Amino acid sequence: MILLSITENIHNWLFSVMPAGVASIVEMVLIAIVYLTVFAVAGLFLVLLERRVAAWFQLRIGPNRVGFQGLLQTMADAIKLLTKELTGTDRADKFLYNLAPYFVIISALMALAVIPFSKDFHAFDINIGLFFLIAISSIGVIGILLGGWSSNNKFAIIGAMRSGVQTISYELSVGLSLLTMVVITGTLQLSEIIEIQKSGWLIVQGHIPAIIAFMVFMISGTAETNRAPFDMVEAESELGAGFHTEYSGMKFAYFFLAEFINMFIIAAIAATVFFGGWLSPFGITESIPELGVFWFLIKTMVLVFLMMWFRWTFPRLRVDQLLTLEWKYLLPINLVNIVLMAVLVWLNLTIRW
Amino acid sequence: METEVVHTNFKSEEYFINMGPQHPATHGVLRLLLTIDGEIIKKVEPDLGYIHRSIEKMCERDSYQQIVHLTDRMDYLSANINNEAVCLAVENALQLEIPERVKVIRTIIGELTRISSHCLWWGVMGMDVGALTTYFYGFRDREMINDIMEETCGARLTMNYNVPGGLMLDIHPNFVKRVKEFVAHFKTKLPEYDRLLTGNVIFQKRTVGVGVLSKEDAISFGASGPVGRASGYSCDVRKHHPYSAYDKVTFTEALKTEGDTYARYLVRIQEMWESLSIIEQLIDVIPEGEHRVTTNAVIKLPKGEYYQKVETARGELGVYIISTGTKNPYRLKFRSPGFSNLSLLNHIAVGGKIGDLVATMATLDLVIPDIDR
Repeated sequence: MILLSITENIHNWLFSVMPAGVASIVEMVLIAIVYLTVFAVAGLFLVLLERRVAAWFQLRIGPNRVGFQGLLQTMADAIKLLTKELTGTDRADKFLYNLAPYFVIISALMALAVIPFSKDFHAFDINIGLFFLIAISSIGVIGILLGGWSSNNKFAIIGAMRSGVQTISYELSVGLSLLTMVVITGTLQLSEIIEIQKSGWLIVQGHIPAIIAFMVFMISGTAETNRAPFDMVEAESELGAGFHTEYSGMKFAYFFLAEFINMFIIAAIAATVFFGGWLSPFGITESIPELGVFWFLIKTMVLVFLMMWFRWTFPRLRVDQLLTLEWKYLLPINLVNIVLMAVLVWLNLTIRW
Repeated sequence: METEVVHTNFKSEEYFINMGPQHPATHGVLRLLLTIDGEIIKKVEPDLGYIHRSIEKMCERDSYQQIVHLTDRMDYLSANINNEAVCLAVENALQLEIPERVKVIRTIIGELTRISSHCLWWGVMGMDVGALTTYFYGFRDREMINDIMEETCGARLTMNYNVPGGLMLDIHPNFVKRVKEFVAHFKTKLPEYDRLLTGNVIFQKRTVGVGVLSKEDAISFGASGPVGRASGYSCDVRKHHPYSAYDKVTFTEALKTEGDTYARYLVRIQEMWESLSIIEQLIDVIPEGEHRVTTNAVIKLPKGEYYQKVETARGELGVYIISTGTKNPYRLKFRSPGFSNLSLLNHIAVGGKIGDLVATMATLDLVIPDIDR
């Protein structure tokens, strides 16, 4: 509520000192800057979290020297990357080569705009929210393809081609598993999806098909973000660094940061669609809406941890096995699952409290 | 007139790619010249020579005591076993009577080295198929062996513990206690390896049926060690030509018949169990006595040719010495296991994907300085 009153005050002040058109443009820019800052910091925090979680899995301590418990470590890394020389390959397609990182990072940042952090902390609540998310998050692969193609490096092109194949395939499963849940909600607007979950999280409401959809979503979401066990794109033991072999400095950091923001987005979508977003479990803190952000972040972080757990435990799939998994298992399961969910909703077998 | 349809729009073209000498999967400075059609391997040509130090030529210059030190730098993961090979060759040539104590200690140290090498291999194997965590688990257990070695002979990697005639030093008073601690520790950790990697569905998908080597090919390519044994070729030197104290212990030779990457993996896991059992049989019965027979300061081998083979962690290491009766060998040839094992890579990797090549190479367990002496 305090946050809301601050933003309202700024809003009123802006509209009082300048014409409405200019004021709304200024407001949009301000919101964009706030979002960019928040997510640069969130991305850096996720990198640190990943390193600490990895260290925990691997009997190590991890970075804990720079700042309290290493909190400033990734900040220091980012500064190092900013000051590094940007090297590139000869005879690379310079324009596309320089363009590629921005595709990746911009698609990641755009998707963040529609994610509902709490009832009030929601920048862009459009009625096709879920559709927008799916559409935007698949633009990133263009950046990866461009980066691999324009680098003039064979390892990079193999990585990029793998990425294209992988993302196009798993896009289907991501979309279909979310559509399964839309069958229950009847809306694509994220705020309404959350409102519906006041009578039970969707994973409870939709029980069996919802759990199947959740598992499919987590698998294909991990593949979508190119993380292990689906990190065919980078596959360091096979391709060196994959598509970003020839990138250095801040351009590399964009790819790196985008991966973590994408992971956050996948976890945030899962938290929103399956676990009630900013709703507290059983409505225990319904009277204090400020805690919405807290619940949302808790749920997201648990799912992020799950994805890190995958990464540090599983070996990598081979590229043909990756496609087999999608086209022969996940996609048919998904299609059957939608029908199952439709029957469930038709017969009114959902669980509500 | 001949009519030929040329699909200019959809021409698939093989291309050539350099894997290495600086590449994470080649574990050193091995360079593979790959011919690839998309993801499918058409040809693998190993290119060696990036870490050639002419060790064999240097041996012709050095005395026999000095030669032992060079062998550490070949297969550095089984340094002790390499030392042992040269020492045994020299001792046999001199017809020295080696005390039982030395034989038993050499066997224990050799098996510890084998476990340590396989631990590292296991970690790297996991890393090559994409499971990064295994590396640290392998190194955790390897660390204990390195500590034991450090306490006993002062070095952790290139031990130089064996000298012609026995051991450089007697074992440290803590040795027996710490080896027992390690055996107890490792017995609880080996099942952990299985839980983390062996039973994993993705791991099995990546390895079962990949890089199949038939028994006939294993023999004709001269495969040895776990690579040969996974194809059903019984080639354990410890079993067939026992040296040191291997004739006093009972152990089973790990044999599989599938010959694929998974079989090679399982053979090495089983070998770790066997090594543990060998150590357990010997650690309580180390006989009292001298740790070294005195030899002449300048060892001169009688004129003739001598051959000694041992089983290193990678396979059969042969030492072939031609002596003309002087203090240096006239010619010294190492038959290294890695070289023969690498030679069959093209044979078993063609037709697989890039990922298969990496997994196959991981189970060949190549140590490049061993191939490129």
